[in-house]
Amino acid sequence: MAESFTRLTSVAIPFDETNVDTDQLVPGRFSKLPIGPGHERVLFHDRRFLTDDLPNPDFIFNKPGYQGAKILVARRNFGIGSSRESAVMSVWSFGLRALIAPSFGDIFFNNCFKRGLLPIRLAEGDVDKLFAYLLPRPGATVTVDLLEQKVIAESMSFAFDIGGIQKMCLVKGLDEVSVTDTYGSELIAFENAYDAEFPWLSAQLQDPVSSTRS
Amino acid sequence: MGDTLFDKVWQRHIVTRQLDEALIYIDRVLLHEGANHAFRSLAAMKRRARRPRNAIACADHYVPTVGREKGLAGIEIVENRNEIAQMERNAREQGLTLFGNEDPLQGILHVVGPELGITLPGMIIVGGDSHTCTHGAFGALAFGTGSSELAHILATQTLWQKTPKRMRIVVNGLLGPGATAKDLALCIIRAIGNDGGIGYFIEYAGPAIRALSMEQRMTLCNLTTEAGARGGMIAPDDTTFEYLAGRPYAPTGALWEKAIAYWKTLATGAGACFDREVEVDAARVAPQVSWGTNPSQVAAVNDVVPDPLDEPDLMRRETMQSALDYMDLKPGTRLSEIPIDRVFIGSCTNARIEDLRLAAGIARRGHAIVPTIVVPGSRSVKRQAEEEGLDRIFLAAGFEWRDSGCSSCTCVNGDIVLPGERCASTSNRNYKGRQGPDSRTHLVSPATAAAAALTGRIVDVRNLTEI
Repeated sequence: MAESFTRLTSVAIPFDETNVDTDQLVPGRFSKLPIGPGHERVLFHDRRFLTDDLPNPDFIFNKPGYQGAKILVARRNFGIGSSRESAVMSVWSFGLRALIAPSFGDIFFNNCFKRGLLPIRLAEGDVDKLFAYLLPRPGATVTVDLLEQKVIAESMSFAFDIGGIQKMCLVKGLDEVSVTDTYGSELIAFENAYDAEFPWLSAQLQDPVSSTRS
Repeated sequence: MGDTLFDKVWQRHIVTRQLDEALIYIDRVLLHEGANHAFRSLAAMKRRARRPRNAIACADHYVPTVGREKGLAGIEIVENRNEIAQMERNAREQGLTLFGNEDPLQGILHVVGPELGITLPGMIIVGGDSHTCTHGAFGALAFGTGSSELAHILATQTLWQKTPKRMRIVVNGLLGPGATAKDLALCIIRAIGNDGGIGYFIEYAGPAIRALSMEQRMTLCNLTTEAGARGGMIAPDDTTFEYLAGRPYAPTGALWEKAIAYWKTLATGAGACFDREVEVDAARVAPQVSWGTNPSQVAAVNDVVPDPLDEPDLMRRETMQSALDYMDLKPGTRLSEIPIDRVFIGSCTNARIEDLRLAAGIARRGHAIVPTIVVPGSRSVKRQAEEEGLDRIFLAAGFEWRDSGCSSCTCVNGDIVLPGERCASTSNRNYKGRQGPDSRTHLVSPATAAAAALTGRIVDVRNLTEI
């Protein structure tokens, strides 16, 4: 990850649905596609496009005012279901950088941080206020300030929580493995003590069990 | 005050703490074809697997369930063949523990790990699949994640995590005749909601849980993710130890004795604190059927499709209405009157030997009148079922007897449900389009699925005299 996230002001899409699962974000048949240029096409594919891959004019992403949006506001349980990270990548490739909802699928929520996408949990009442502001105003903007941990829309301001490591990695554009590598000596000490205490774990799997491969 | 089972396992795995997160040691990482993304990330970091044998890779999502004797080269869908070949190449190149397409021990990750004795109590197991929580049945702490975290684990054998909250679900009484762990799990998801578990790790306890076999415990823990929780676990006991004894990768001799002594310390202590406690009465659990498009939208088989107008929460009401529109169901319709076009018996939820015995027990009483496939969870399960003659019962009843894989649960291998069709399925997700575009899924137990095959509709297996 190289991109640093500090503060973002953008058009926000009010996505007025609960329980948006990762099968809707990326239908299973697209999971195997390499993540790279063009991957944005698979986001909400079966809903965003009609059968012949024409944009579906009734889908909010395709309505006037929402082009170039980097923020999406959603309802309860966004991103539940399958752990496929392609769901996060399609959102990212599409250009979105922050997601706001009362709750997220746990795995999806964690995956977001790994790909430079900021998921924000706000109280349901605060999300209601954002919807009330955005729904009648296609093209209205919202500001996400990660340093101050605030979501700002017009005169409204809502504080949000975020994990310390998650915030650090997003702000500095760090990848977690390089953070973890700074604890290399702790890891070696841990493994030595652990292997000594649980010898049945360090012995397991070292040799294939050929006897059962009849 | 005692620690919870969760805390005992979690704390022993903390390598270091930083801000509000802990670096957790991961004992085993489980991979399927979807991990090709993780291998690409690993290569981009110029890293190799730190403890390669501790990563277990299975070909399960893309494998076909027919024509497997033709091997990898015989897989007709080119993209699927490439995806499997790529995963196997990656796994070999890194020296991982691999069960590939042609391996006699191949099967679904969450069936293979337990049956080979790879899954052990006290482990932390992370997999590139949300149903990794299945392994919690052994008193392991197990959860799913995405490909970036998989790459992190492969490179470092660790993961940064915030400590989740703890929930205990105590199941009192005993399951009645005709009710299975699948029905219990669906009841629990309905009770706490498909988001009730978000932010929590769940421990299942109580007399009904103690009475469950390992296969049933795996079914229950498998569905924990459908309540939104990262995982669910059950303290190991004699049932666990008896299941593990003699499995190919389980410890033996002095190591076994040492392991058992440790595993016996893993129970939740008296007076341990949970952030949330839920009680369920097992005796009240009837066979369940999902009527909607998420796994909390279920009802007892002898009940009716609920009316959205009875739901006070406006947002939930809209979700219900949208589900009923998709499922083409009317409020008040008896679930036992819903016609079924197709039946799928399989998946990491319900494709172990006990599940197949249960389905065969029903299948022997009649003949399928709708297309029905039985997909064993692994080749080991398949061999055992054939030794027991279950394959012949299924075939005589007109059920198709397939080779093992994820099949019609993920449907990425081509085993799809056609648009508009209703499938009685023993899998775990009834999302819109999950089993194929415009497919309609009714989640049920293996017994209810087999009965649907014979009757072409949902029936209450407790009074099967009607067949």
